[in-house]
Amino acid sequence: MPHQHNPATLRAEVNRLLAEGAPDAASRLLAELWRREPGSATASFVTSRVDQLRDKLPLARFKLAILRSFTVEPIVPLLRAEAFTYGIDLEVHVGDFNAYVQDIVDANSSLYRFAPNAVILAVRTEDVAPDLVREFADLSPEVAHQAAARVTRGYEQWISSFRQHSQAALVVHALERPTHPSLGVLDGQSETGQSGLTRQINRELRLIAASHHGVYVLDYDALVARHGSQHWHDERKWLTARLPIAAGHLLHMAREWMRFVVPLVGRTAKCLVIDLDNTLWGGVIGEDGMAGIKVGPEYPGAAYQALQRALLDLSRKGILLAACSKNNLDDAMEALDKHPGMLVRSQNFAALRINWTDKSQNLREIAQELKIGLDSLAFLDDNPFEREQVRAAMPEVTVIDPSQNPLDYAAIVRDCPVFERLTLSDEDQQRTAMYAAQRQRAGAEQSFQSKEDFFRFLEQEAELNPVSDLTLARVAQLTQKTNQFNLTTRRYTESQIAEMAKHPAWNIFSIRVRDRFGDHGIVGVAITHDQGDQCEVDTFLLSCRVIGRTIETALLAHIAKSAAERGCKRLVGRFLPTKKNAPARDFYSQHKFGLVEKNGEGSLWSLDLTRQQVPFPEWVKLITAQGAHD
Amino acid sequence: MASDLFGVPVDQISAASSAQTLDNWDSIQHLNLVLAVEEKFGLQLSPEEIEQMKTVGDTAKLVESKLQAAPR
Repeated sequence: MPHQHNPATLRAEVNRLLAEGAPDAASRLLAELWRREPGSATASFVTSRVDQLRDKLPLARFKLAILRSFTVEPIVPLLRAEAFTYGIDLEVHVGDFNAYVQDIVDANSSLYRFAPNAVILAVRTEDVAPDLVREFADLSPEVAHQAAARVTRGYEQWISSFRQHSQAALVVHALERPTHPSLGVLDGQSETGQSGLTRQINRELRLIAASHHGVYVLDYDALVARHGSQHWHDERKWLTARLPIAAGHLLHMAREWMRFVVPLVGRTAKCLVIDLDNTLWGGVIGEDGMAGIKVGPEYPGAAYQALQRALLDLSRKGILLAACSKNNLDDAMEALDKHPGMLVRSQNFAALRINWTDKSQNLREIAQELKIGLDSLAFLDDNPFEREQVRAAMPEVTVIDPSQNPLDYAAIVRDCPVFERLTLSDEDQQRTAMYAAQRQRAGAEQSFQSKEDFFRFLEQEAELNPVSDLTLARVAQLTQKTNQFNLTTRRYTESQIAEMAKHPAWNIFSIRVRDRFGDHGIVGVAITHDQGDQCEVDTFLLSCRVIGRTIETALLAHIAKSAAERGCKRLVGRFLPTKKNAPARDFYSQHKFGLVEKNGEGSLWSLDLTRQQVPFPEWVKLITAQGAHD
Repeated sequence: MASDLFGVPVDQISAASSAQTLDNWDSIQHLNLVLAVEEKFGLQLSPEEIEQMKTVGDTAKLVESKLQAAPR
């Protein structure tokens, strides 16, 4: 375990490592400093060092614009420091004070010149809906209603205007209800009071956001309530510096923004690996036994039940759970399956590693078993030694520091931005069950003589369709999240896919796979672009849980056939290597494509459609939309 | 703290350091200094007190007197 540094020596160490040219070590200590002492001063230190390191580290670049009606400048360093600890190099553009309407409607504004990946519209009720705040008691119910309708129309216009000019994601602060309504308790008695109307505007804002791709609402009222309205606001700073948020809560504002930024960048975790003793339950099963461990409806067991509820909520969002514990297997399994207080059972886990091997080795195996990358793992353990060991051995893993107090565990898991999802597909909600079917399939595979026998036994059906409104979210999500079987690793937002789908030269297919064990849902995407008599494969990807079952051949055969039917003479495609996509490296050569050129960036492959085709695998049944391609 | 905020090594900062001697001490960094002090020591500073924070030494003295006045 590395020795404990205090923040001052950590700073000195970071400076020394930077001077010595050791960016990885410097970056680890910077992250440790930030975890130890997050705040305005540390943020300045961290961001100035990140600026020196940014080109030497594998950080994900992301451009965020903040349009605002209040001072956000002191929050920006906090946000950038926080983003850095999630492997994100955040470039932030702050719009001029109260210039958000001009910025949005003017196609040549500094906002669009900045070309952001995402935009936050951080406006206060006072500025967007002044009528609902000042002199509210003067308004008749009709006039108040009209004022609310005006605000809603404003949002509608800004958001659709934004969508005309930009494909970036948009996060809109919903309005905050007044802390001290003009009419006191009377305000709570009617729907046309200040609170009621603010709520109504927020409701309509959600409907407007839902009608556009990539527009999300930040529930500012809930954020303030979580921290306590009295503490959150600082009237003096508002009047002197146009900063409405108290110093101690600026970090919480930054962290709330991160809950959108992390999933937008795609730095999310697909699996939470959790320790058992003193993490999933209180006590040590090997010593305290079934009667001694604490988990149940009463304190202190209630704290662990609260955590277990948070874990079950994660699996409802499609995040897999895995257990990794130094224990005797029988002891741990008895507690998992027989203890009356447990809410999480062994079948809730997609993988189990209960042994005495070190945790980093177990985490590696879990990632392999679930066919996900190490950077898709998050790790929760009460033991600081285990956490440090994992951090040192595999910096890609998101290590969560629980507090000393088990009562906080549930909230820490719920607040962790790597578990945030901005949309939820059917696949997400059924993922744990799909992995259980996968375990059965793996068992079946071993009992066949040949691969072909196994493929026939699987009775696979591939449903191939052009992208539609129903599949758009999942298609975009796959381009964001698929790392291994991905030939070009191009990431697209929902709105970019929607935009592409409008052009006849672009063809976007999704593939859905079923077999005798169950429905995998939509697991692959191919995007092609016709250029004269040549068709180029822009994107070709497959979720790793169906790799190696000839589904990739089925998808390729389909795009080759439809390109030939459109009159294309050549099908060309690139392989752009990344750290992760080695499983896709030989894909084109295996399918008889010829190598055209190869350079530092990648390789270009071509298939002559006038002489060759890609045979559709005989054991896969093809299903397409009626009338299309058949 | 001043070293972090103004991007200057600790040994180049003294009680007399001020907006005149430190290049980075502008109005935004002044606000950041106020916020860092409030957050770190759990204080609330009035506009008059913020005016008094002309040097690093002034700021330290202000924080000491506030902490003594309201022992936590």
